[in-house]
Amino acid sequence: MLKDLFSKRRKYATIPSEQAKKDIPEGLMTKCKSCGSITYSKELKKQLMVCSNCGFHFPLTAWERIEMTLDEGSFYQYDQELVSQNPLNFPEYMEKLEQDMKRTGLKEAVITGEGRIKGYPVVIGVMDSRFRMASMGSVVGEKLTRAIEQALEKRYPVIIFSASGGARMQEGVLSLMQMAKISAALNKLDQAGLLYISVLTNPTTGGVSASFASLGDYNLAEPGALIGFAGRRVIEQTIRQKLPDDFQTAEFLLKHGQLDQVVHRHELRDFLANLLEIHADHRQPAGAAKGGMQGEQ
Amino acid sequence: MSNELPFEQPLTELRNKIEELKRFTAEKGIDVSEEINHLEAKAAQLEEEIYSNLTPWQRLQIARHAKRPTTLDYINRIFTHFIEVHGDRLYGDDPAIVAGVAKLDGRPVTVVGHQKGKDTKENIARNFGMPHPEGYRKALRAMQQAHKFKRPIICFIDTPGAYPGKEAEERGQSEAIARNLQEMARFEVPIICIVTGEGGSGGALALGVGNHIYMLENAVYSVISPEGAASILWKDASLAQQAAEQMKITSYDLYQFGIVDKIIPEPRGGAHRNVDEQAQEIKKALLEGLKTLDQMDGPALTHHRFEKFKAIGQFGVALDEEQA
Repeated sequence: MLKDLFSKRRKYATIPSEQAKKDIPEGLMTKCKSCGSITYSKELKKQLMVCSNCGFHFPLTAWERIEMTLDEGSFYQYDQELVSQNPLNFPEYMEKLEQDMKRTGLKEAVITGEGRIKGYPVVIGVMDSRFRMASMGSVVGEKLTRAIEQALEKRYPVIIFSASGGARMQEGVLSLMQMAKISAALNKLDQAGLLYISVLTNPTTGGVSASFASLGDYNLAEPGALIGFAGRRVIEQTIRQKLPDDFQTAEFLLKHGQLDQVVHRHELRDFLANLLEIHADHRQPAGAAKGGMQGEQ
Repeated sequence: MSNELPFEQPLTELRNKIEELKRFTAEKGIDVSEEINHLEAKAAQLEEEIYSNLTPWQRLQIARHAKRPTTLDYINRIFTHFIEVHGDRLYGDDPAIVAGVAKLDGRPVTVVGHQKGKDTKENIARNFGMPHPEGYRKALRAMQQAHKFKRPIICFIDTPGAYPGKEAEERGQSEAIARNLQEMARFEVPIICIVTGEGGSGGALALGVGNHIYMLENAVYSVISPEGAASILWKDASLAQQAAEQMKITSYDLYQFGIVDKIIPEPRGGAHRNVDEQAQEIKKALLEGLKTLDQMDGPALTHHRFEKFKAIGQFGVALDEEQA
């Protein structure tokens, strides 16, 4: 019979033995979420957490971002003691905060402070999406507002790396108002003639996208970052159409005139330093503008 | 009666019964006035019970009521000489936001507000009061003009939210809202914002950075609709009622948080029961508010606005020995 020519051959998935699993220590290799290729974690770190195969930008912790952006040892943190409360008595909110504190070692979803980039002093804010999806509650609003006020006082430029799911629902309308609070502080910075660079990283959505993240003198983004006001699913349900694959990516926004540039992570530090250099006070004698710099890297 | 909300039904039934008895009296000439008096007393009591203990969910129903007065209803009753302006000079004219100049008791002011429709047809034209970026940019243009000509800005807030659509994203919904938040902090004129119905998230806040923020008694103001909150937090939109109770969205809640400066009372049963009366209440609040704000000069007004928003938020301090 012809059928016999096609004998059923069963395929079994091979599961590595317990022993084999132990051979590769946890965290030694990292699999790219985009292309699936596997890289030594150490090598990946050297590549600033960018997949060398497909260029996928892995999400960074706030500390990783600070380390790769600022001059070594130049960071001084502001307001690290601020912690969230539970103004709405939202069920399980405090427990979730505590879990995230333990898991991340952070007290809230943003780290603020000052430091230097190739000698240029800056006030910096970095959101960490591991903490409640870096949603913006009262503490995020207060820390960023205070950081901007520090910049006003010291006449430093401000750089904010945003990454956020939006406003923090568990703090209700108080979190909504943080959008206005930070934007009003940025208005002061703007009127004082000081530089503000917004770097939008994956993902920057909702209330963060619709406030400080869109207000930079320069709005930059990392490749492939998801950036948008409303969620994709909400839009698809509202307009009853499928959206294009590249919808709300950094490249999509660039095409639609919402960003100045999409900058690869490997070039970001140089890019920022160039902007800072252009905006430094050039009326002073050469070199003085950088006052107390730590040497170029 | 299409006007009636589910929780008002017992009252309507009772009222209908009283009407029936009255008709019966007139037709048959039998005196049942004692029963009528008794029932009317009962109706008054029931009315008191229903309306003095409205739950957040019930207030939300009133705020979203199909007959809820819209921004133009109020503009026509509160102001004179209203001249509407159209377009953002960049892309188009968004019917979900109205803007213009008018006089308030003889004084020129700039008025902007979300505009919902009165019926399905108009609601489709107005996009249910959900603006696109060009709507916010039109509002911004009108407000910049107010700053230039030194006249107060009055904002009426009533929107489910900014429109979540493809074109809205392409034209920069985020940027349009963000820009308004920043610019509204800058204008050296008094700004008074009144939430008249639904204060839906960023789409509402984009007209909401005022020196004074008022809310009509039954209006709501929230970071996300209760339906949205329930679907995100508990993956179940049918828990919206529970979310409405939890999210603290009523005028009383916002007054407690120090966000809202004044609660404007509504006629019993809601603003739609007596639009003229409601408009007069709003006008009274506006005149009082402007009287206070008139005592500040331009820079003092922007300072006052910044300080108002800076004070909003609730957080604690936890000292930690290990972190450097």
